[in-house]
Amino acid sequence: MTSLVELMDYDEVIEKYDPVLGLEVHVELHTNTKMFCGCANEFGGEPNTHTCPTCLGLPGSLPVVNGKAVESAIRIGLALNCEIAEWCRFARKNYFYPDMPKNFQTSQYDEPIAFNGYLDVTLDDGEVIRVEIERAHMEEDTGKSLHVGGATGRIHGAEHSLLDYNRAGVPLIEIVTKMIPGTGERAPEVARAYVTALRDLLKALDVSDVRMDQGSLRCDANVSLSPKTTGALGTRTETKNVNSLRSVERAVRFEMTRQAAVLESGGEVTQETRHFDESSGSTSPGRKKETAEDYRYFPEPDLVPIAPSREWVDELRGTLPELPWERRARIQKDWNLTDEVLRDLVNAGALDLIEATVVAGAKPDEARSWWVSYLAQQANTRGVELTGLSITPAEVARVIELVNSGALTNKLAREAVNGVLEGEGSPDEVVEKRGLKVVSDDSALEKAVDEALAAQPDVAQKIRDGKVQAAGAIVGAVMKATKGQADAARVREIVLARCS
Amino acid sequence: MTNDLIHATAAELAAKIHSGEVTSVEVTQAHLDRIAETDGKVHAFLHVDAQGALAQARRVDEAVKAGEQVSPLAGVPLALKDVMTTEGVPTTVGSKILEGWLPPYDATVTRKLKEAGVVILGKTNMDEFAMGSSTENSAYGPTHNPWDLDRIPGGSGGGSSAALAALQAPLAIGTDTGGSIRQPGAVTGTVGVKPTYGGVSRYGLVAFSSSLDQAGPCARTVLDAALLHEVIAGYDHMDSTSINAPVPPVVAAAREGLNGDLSGLRVGVVTQFSGEGYQPGVARSFEAAVSQLKELGAEIADVSCPSFDYALPAYYLIAPSECSSNLARFDAMRYGLRVGDDGTRSTEEVMSLTREAGFGPEVKRRIMIGTYALSSGYYDAYYGSAQKVRTLITQDFAKAFENFDVLISPTTPTTAFKIGERANDPMAMYKADLCTIPANLAGTPAMSVPSGLSDEDGLPVGLQIMAPALQDHRMYRVAAAYEAARGSFGGPSL
Repeated sequence: MTSLVELMDYDEVIEKYDPVLGLEVHVELHTNTKMFCGCANEFGGEPNTHTCPTCLGLPGSLPVVNGKAVESAIRIGLALNCEIAEWCRFARKNYFYPDMPKNFQTSQYDEPIAFNGYLDVTLDDGEVIRVEIERAHMEEDTGKSLHVGGATGRIHGAEHSLLDYNRAGVPLIEIVTKMIPGTGERAPEVARAYVTALRDLLKALDVSDVRMDQGSLRCDANVSLSPKTTGALGTRTETKNVNSLRSVERAVRFEMTRQAAVLESGGEVTQETRHFDESSGSTSPGRKKETAEDYRYFPEPDLVPIAPSREWVDELRGTLPELPWERRARIQKDWNLTDEVLRDLVNAGALDLIEATVVAGAKPDEARSWWVSYLAQQANTRGVELTGLSITPAEVARVIELVNSGALTNKLAREAVNGVLEGEGSPDEVVEKRGLKVVSDDSALEKAVDEALAAQPDVAQKIRDGKVQAAGAIVGAVMKATKGQADAARVREIVLARCS
Repeated sequence: MTNDLIHATAAELAAKIHSGEVTSVEVTQAHLDRIAETDGKVHAFLHVDAQGALAQARRVDEAVKAGEQVSPLAGVPLALKDVMTTEGVPTTVGSKILEGWLPPYDATVTRKLKEAGVVILGKTNMDEFAMGSSTENSAYGPTHNPWDLDRIPGGSGGGSSAALAALQAPLAIGTDTGGSIRQPGAVTGTVGVKPTYGGVSRYGLVAFSSSLDQAGPCARTVLDAALLHEVIAGYDHMDSTSINAPVPPVVAAAREGLNGDLSGLRVGVVTQFSGEGYQPGVARSFEAAVSQLKELGAEIADVSCPSFDYALPAYYLIAPSECSSNLARFDAMRYGLRVGDDGTRSTEEVMSLTREAGFGPEVKRRIMIGTYALSSGYYDAYYGSAQKVRTLITQDFAKAFENFDVLISPTTPTTAFKIGERANDPMAMYKADLCTIPANLAGTPAMSVPSGLSDEDGLPVGLQIMAPALQDHRMYRVAAAYEAARGSFGGPSL
C-alpha cells in the first residue's frame, strides 16, 4: 500500500513549503502507584493483575488523585519554564473504547496544571532553537488491547481482542508544544532534538523511565505544510506510533514529502490520524471516523480541584535537579572542553557515561578517552549503543585505576575490558581469571632481553654503537615473548643498560 | 413477641439485644418472616440475604454473650438500597444491565454497617440507576406503597422506604440525588435524611450524578435515623469529595430535640414551595406542622429564595449530563449483561445492542439529554448555565441562613400518586422532586419527617427541614422535637 504513495523530493519540498510542527509527548510517570488508585504502577506483569475496582472502572468505584503524580507534574512544568496553575481541575474526556474501563478518560481540558513554557533545544551543529510549550497536563493511561487475527493488528478486522488493564490508570503527563514554524529543512531534526531534549530532562527529573520502546515516552507528531507563495497554514496530520527518536525524524520527513506530493497533484491534505510504520518508514491513515470527534468534556465531579500553594510550588522548584543544559555547561567548564568536543560527546551519548566514570574516580581526559575510542569501537563492533555495553562506568574507572597504578599496561587493560564485556566478571575478576599482570620481575625480564639480543645480534650491535632507536625492535620482541605483560618502559631501560 | 419485634424502633431493639433480652437472631428472623409474609404484595426487596443476615446476627449475639462492647446498632436489621455494592451479593441498581453481577468489593457504607454489627437483610428495589420518583422505573417491577398498594412508594428509593413502612426493617439506607430519600420518606410516612454532600462516603455507591448523589439514613423515627447517620457518616479517603471534618452530633441533637423546646429557633418557610400544584391536604398538613413548631417556641417567618424556581430545569441538565458519562462504563466488556456477542458482530455493535437491551426508557432518555447537553456548541448554553443556576441557589440558601436557623417546606407537592398515573408524563413525574432538588444542588443537608396524614386521602405527608452545610444536627433537633409533639399517626395495615 505504501509503495503507491507519491512522495516529493525533499529539496523540492523545502523550496516550495514551510513545514509547521506540533509535538505531543505522553510521559508515563514512574510513581509507585497509579494515578487514581493504589495499584502498583509497573511495566508488564501477568495481564490484569495490577487492577482494583477503581482502575477497572467497576460500578461505584471512585478516583483519588496520586499526590506524587501532581508533584511530578509540577516539577516537569517548572523545568519546562511553565506557569503553574493556582487552581485547576480534572475533566472527563468521553469516548467509547474497550481498553478504557470507564469509557471516559480522566484528563485535564481547559485547566492544565502547567502552561506557557519553553524548552531550548540544541541541534547537532550547536544551533539552539526555542520550542514553546503550550501546556503540560495530567491524565491517566488506558489499558492495552491485543487484537488477534485479521491483517492489520488493529481492532478492525480482528477475530477477537484481549484486554489487559494493568496499564489502565497509570499516570501520564501530556506535554504539548505550540506550533513550531520556521524550521525549514531542519524540521525533522528539530522534532528529534526536541524529543531527545525532553527525554533527557525527564530523566534528570527522575519522574519517568522514559523508555520509548516500552511506551513510557510516546510521541505524536503533527505536521503541516504552508506554501511559501501564500504563507497560509496547511491542514495538519497527526502521526502516532512513533516509538524511537529516529522514528520521530523519519515520520516528520515522510509526512512532509507525502503532503507536498498530495498538494502538488492538486489534492488536499486530509486532517487525520496516521500510523507510522517502523519497517517501511512510512505513515498510513488510521481508521476513518464516521462522525466528528466530540469528547463532551466536563469537569470531573468525582475529584476536587487542585490548588497547589505557592509555597509548595516554590519548595518543588527547590527540588529541581541540575537540568541537562546546566549540567552540560558545568561539565564543559570543568573539563575545559571546546563546544565541538562537548557536542560530539553529547551526540555520541557518552556524556553521562564519562561523567559517571569521573564520579567513580577517573580523570576526565582518561574517562573520555576510554569511552570515545576503545569502548566506542567495541560498541560499534557489537552493534549496540554505548549505554548498551555491559560495562559500568565504575568498572571503567577501576580499569583506569589499575593502569595508573602500573598493575596493567594499556594493552592488558583493553583485555581486561574485553573480559568484562564478555561477562567474565568485574575488572579484578577478569585480571585474576585471565592472569593479566605486568611482569615486573627484573631477572625474568633480563633473561628475556638477553634472549632477544642473542637472537638478533645485528640489532644488538647497532644499539651498542649508539643507535638507541634500534632498541624498539628488542623491546617489541620482549613484549611478544612476555605476551604483553611486561612494562615496555622498564624493558627499554634494561635493554639500554645491557648494551651500554 | 414477633409482632413487638417488628414494631419496635431500632433504638429499642438495640437496647433489648445488647441487654440480652432478645437475640439478634430472633430479631432478624422476625423481620425475615415479615418480609416473606408481606413482600409478595409490597415488593420492597430485590434480593433477600437470609443466610448473610443470620450469620451476622449470630456474630453479634456471640459478642453480646461474651460481654463485649458492641456498637449502638449492633444486631439491628437493615434494608440496603440496591445501589450500594455488597461483596458477593447481587447489586443490580434496579437495572437489567447489571443482572447477575456480584461485586468484588463492599461500598464504604456497606463496610461501615458490617463493622458496626448492623444486620443487612437484603437489597431494596429502586428506580433504575436511581432515576425516578416512583420506583416504577425498576427493571424488576414496581414497589407498592404499604399504605395503599395501588400507589407508588416514591422513588428512587421506594424499596427502602416501603420496607420501613411495611415493618420489614426498622432501618434502611437510601441515596438522594434529587430527593430519592426524602420523597419516598414523605409518601410512606417514614423519616429520610439527605446529609450534607460529602458527609457520607460515595465509594461503592453506583453513581447516577456524582456531584449530587448522597447516601443517607432512613428510619421510622428521628432518633433511629440519627443513630444510623452516625454509623455511616465520616471522612473516607476513598472518596475525594468526602468532607474531612467531625461528623455532626446528630444523635445528641435528636435526643435534645425530644425535650420539646425550640424557643428562639428561627424557622424560614420557603415561599416558592406553595400555591399552585400543591395538593390542599398537603398544604393543610404543612400549616399544621408550622403551628406545632410555633407552639414549641420557634419563630416562624416567610423567606423567598427566587432562584429555587430554576432548580428543576438546572437539575435536569446537570444530573443527565453526569449520568451520560457515569453510565458509559456499562458496555458489556467487563461485567454485567452482554447481548449479541455471537462472533459475527463488532465490539461497537455488541456495546450498542447491550445498552439497547440493558437500559430502560428513562435511563436512555437521560443519557440522551445529557449527551446532548454536553455536546460541543451546546455545553455553555446547557451545562454551563445550569452550573450558574446552581451557584445562585447556593447563594439563596446562604442568604436565607443569615436570618434563619432552618428552612422548611412540604417535602413533595402531593401524596403518593397511583402506579401508572404519571408513567407516561415525565414532566409530571419530575415535579415530585420540586422541593427537594435545591438542597442537592447546594450540597446542603435536608430531611423529611412525617407530618401525619393528608385529610383528604389519608395518605402520609412529609415536612422537609433544611439546614446549612455541616449543620445536619440542627435539623435533627427540630425534627425530633416536632415528631414528639406530632404524636403517632398510625401505620398501614397489610
